[in-house]
Order: sequence, then structure tokens, then C-alpha cells
Amino acid sequence: MNLDSLVHSTGEWLKGAGPDADVVVSSRIRLARNLAGFPFTSRASPAQKAEVESILRDTVGRLRDSAGLQYIAVHALEPLDCQFLVERQLISREHAQGRGPRGVAIDADERQSLMINEEDHLRLQILRSGLCLEEAWNDADHLDDLVEQHVTYAFSEEFGYLTACPTNVGTGLRASVMMHLPGLVMVGQIDKVFRALQKLNLTVRGLYGEGTRASGDFYQISNQVTLGKSEDDILRELRAVIPEIVQYERSARTAILEQKRDHLHDRIARAVGTLRSARMMTSEETIEYLSAVRLGVCLGLVEGLTIQTVNQLFLTVQPAHLQKIHGRALDGDDRNIVRANYLRARLSEISNN
Amino acid sequence: MDGIQCQSCAKPATIHLTEIEPDGTRKEIHLCQACAEDRHLVSKQELHLPAIVHALLGAHVGRAAEELARLRCPACGIKFMEFRTAGRLGCPLDYDLFRQGLLPLLDKLHRHVAHRGKRPHKRHSLQWQREVLELRTQLRRAVEQEDYERAARLRDQLRAREKHP
Repeated sequence: MNLDSLVHSTGEWLKGAGPDADVVVSSRIRLARNLAGFPFTSRASPAQKAEVESILRDTVGRLRDSAGLQYIAVHALEPLDCQFLVERQLISREHAQGRGPRGVAIDADERQSLMINEEDHLRLQILRSGLCLEEAWNDADHLDDLVEQHVTYAFSEEFGYLTACPTNVGTGLRASVMMHLPGLVMVGQIDKVFRALQKLNLTVRGLYGEGTRASGDFYQISNQVTLGKSEDDILRELRAVIPEIVQYERSARTAILEQKRDHLHDRIARAVGTLRSARMMTSEETIEYLSAVRLGVCLGLVEGLTIQTVNQLFLTVQPAHLQKIHGRALDGDDRNIVRANYLRARLSEISNN
Repeated sequence: MDGIQCQSCAKPATIHLTEIEPDGTRKEIHLCQACAEDRHLVSKQELHLPAIVHALLGAHVGRAAEELARLRCPACGIKFMEFRTAGRLGCPLDYDLFRQGLLPLLDKLHRHVAHRGKRPHKRHSLQWQREVLELRTQLRRAVEQEDYERAARLRDQLRAREKHP
């Protein structure tokens, strides 16, 4: 697969469509699987890793017709291309930084990704736009069945699917939704939501930014427990909570709109203005402004932009994407200049259409 | 609350607390996430799993520790102590071998110790999984020792065993 062909496209999960897309950016299902009779990746010899890669790559090849998958040998990629796949959420940071034979199979919509020789031999991921956990689970379940026709998974009747880390054992299922919660942040209620989620054994982490700081108000919420609950139980628990947070976020947005409309409108208009005219933009600044614009689009305070366009900008202003669009490596000030140029060009192109 | 700055670093404040003094007066505190964490007012949101596994294991291994610490998996070579440090197991057989050390950890992590949910169509005995993994380990050693005759024999045995679960 030619990665450069992906630069100007967006994966299905960023389409800004699907249920509750004003608050829920995407839904993700991840299954961790290992082959029986092999050590886990971290204890495997180079020859054993090569064997696992070859078995799973062949398996993916046989699925190709039914699943439309393309295989990329991650160990042969340049660091920039690895980073590019990380930014698109097709591989994990750990996979990009891994060692030895490893790869990923993805489909044209970038909805499915199968990482080979990550921490576990196989990490199967389905991404969907909006709040779509059930559909994503059905896809993942089906793909898992297809793969299993060709391999034998490490499984115990007692502990379920056996994984390198005991935090994933059992179902090997991590179900997550990426939410945009600027309203709850503004009314100072976000921490209350986090505490409630932690009590329910759900994990919250910021999407962008260093460490715990969630720049752009994007939060990923996922199940922590994988053992002793069925896949249905895990999904049901998320299904019970996520719509409540969606409602809570919408009420916060409405309250701000009613009580501080001018204030909010001003902030959003300034964000649009800065993105349209600045000459140097850091990644963090851009994400903060785009977050305000995304909120503005959802509330009808910004003309001429769609959620999809804003979602796409979030992706393309990231370092590897920017460098691939620009066609060469960039650092420091150069990157900030190119980012600002790109934003101005894209936004004026959109307003001219 | 929009526009309130962190009292400590002037970034936008996201944590808002009201302290009530003993005399009944109220004191408002506004901080950003990072400064609130520095003051231990909120817990870090990001989950560092290896660190958690490590801490939980340290707290729960207890009296069986000595016995467990000596255990080494014949198939993948990992010692229980190494798992404690890295938070990652070496092979599927470790779940059985380190069972006593893992049960309290699993209970703490998941509040359950037994699987419910999907099962693969193909399920093989623990005995079969152990034999295959041990043959594969012997094969790896034979190749490392450049004993190719033995390696060829082991490869045939492995292939045969893999075909007949």
C-alpha cells in the first residue's frame, strides 16, 4: 500500500457521521489475541517473531477477499511513516517503536486494523464514526471468527483469551469512545464526570497533549475490566453511561449558549480568525482553536464548515501528516510556519467553495 | 466558569474547588489539571498499567513470595520476579504456572478471577499447548547451539504435534 495516497483522505471514523457525532467522535473495539504454542512477543526470539508474523500475514492474505485488507510491514517503514500511521490511529505508539518483524493490515476505509507482533501477537481493531459500539463489536467479532479459522488462539477455560499483560486477559476486549467535551470543561463539571466514571471502573484519558493534559477537550473513555464480564456486559455498561455524558455535555453547551452567548461566540470567532490568518501555529494552539471551532460548528455559530472538515484538520495538522503533505522533514519554526500556511490555505479554499 | 485562570500558572483552570474554613468562610480554588495533580488534589487520569500491576503484585504476593520468586517457566524462561518488574508475562503457560501469584492480582484488577464471554471454536488442552511450546523452546535452543541434526528432528516432532492436537 502506498501511504502517500492516504495523506489527503480521511478514514471512515473521522467522517463526523454516525449517531451523536456532535459529542462522540469515534467508537473503537480492540481485541487482543495470541497464538497457542508460542511465547508472547516480548519473550520471542527473532526467528519465532518471524514465524508468528508469517503465519498471521498469510492468514490476513487469505482473508483479503472477504475483508479487503492490505498488509504493511511496519519494521520496514521509515520513522515518519510509522508516526503517520500512529496519527491515523491505525497502529499504536508501542507498535511504531517496537523491534523485529511486525506489521499491520488495514482496509481501504481504515475501519479495520490488525496489528501483528504488538505486545500481543494480534491486536484487532475496528474504528467507527460516532457512537457505534455495537456495530464495531459485531465487525470485530466477525473478523475474529474469520482469523480463527486459520489459527489456534492461546485460550484457557479458566482465564479466557491469554494475553501478555494480565490487564487484558479474559475477553481481551477494550471498547472505547472518543468524546469531545468542551462544554463540560467550560462549566467546570468535567472532573465530576471523571470521578463518576472511575467509580464504574471506566478509564478516562486525554487524547492529545503531553501526559494527562487533554488539550482540545478530547477524552477517550474505555472499560478497565476484561475478565469475568462477557463482551455483552462490557458493552452494556458503556451503553448505559455514554449517552448520559452526551446529554450532560449538550446541556452544558445549551447553558453556556443561553447565559454567555456573546462570550462564547466571541471566543469561537477569534479561534476562526486566528486559524485563518496566523503565520505560525504550534500543534497545541491549533488543537485548542480547532476544538473551539468544532464546538462552534455543532452550535451553528460557524458558517461554511462541517464537523468532517474540522475532524480532518485535527488529523492533518499533526507533525507526520504535515511533513508528508509538505513533502519533506520539518522541525521547530519551519513546522509552525507550514502548519499556519496549510490552515490558511485550507480555510480560504473552503470559504471560496 | 469560562475564562477563569489557574491560580498557579495562568493556564485555563479546569478544577474548581470550594474550601470551607473552620470559621465558615468559603475559599474558592481554581487550578488547571497539571497544578491540581501537583498538589495531589486530583488523581492522575492516565493509567500506567505496568506500574499498577507492579504495585498490586508487591502488595499481594505476601507469604508465598519466596516460593513464587524461585519459579521459572520451563517454556519461555521468565521468572515470576521478572514478571513483577515488567508487568508482562512471557507465554500463555505462565497463567497456569504462576496461578497462585496471579489470582490475587486478577481479583484486584478485574474483581473477577474467571472468564465469561466468547470462546474460540478450536480449544486445545493445556497439555497440548505445553508440549508444543516446550518443543518450540527446545528447537530454539538446538538452533542457537548449532545442533542442526537435533533441530531437524525437533522440527519434525513439532510439526507432527501441531497437526494432532
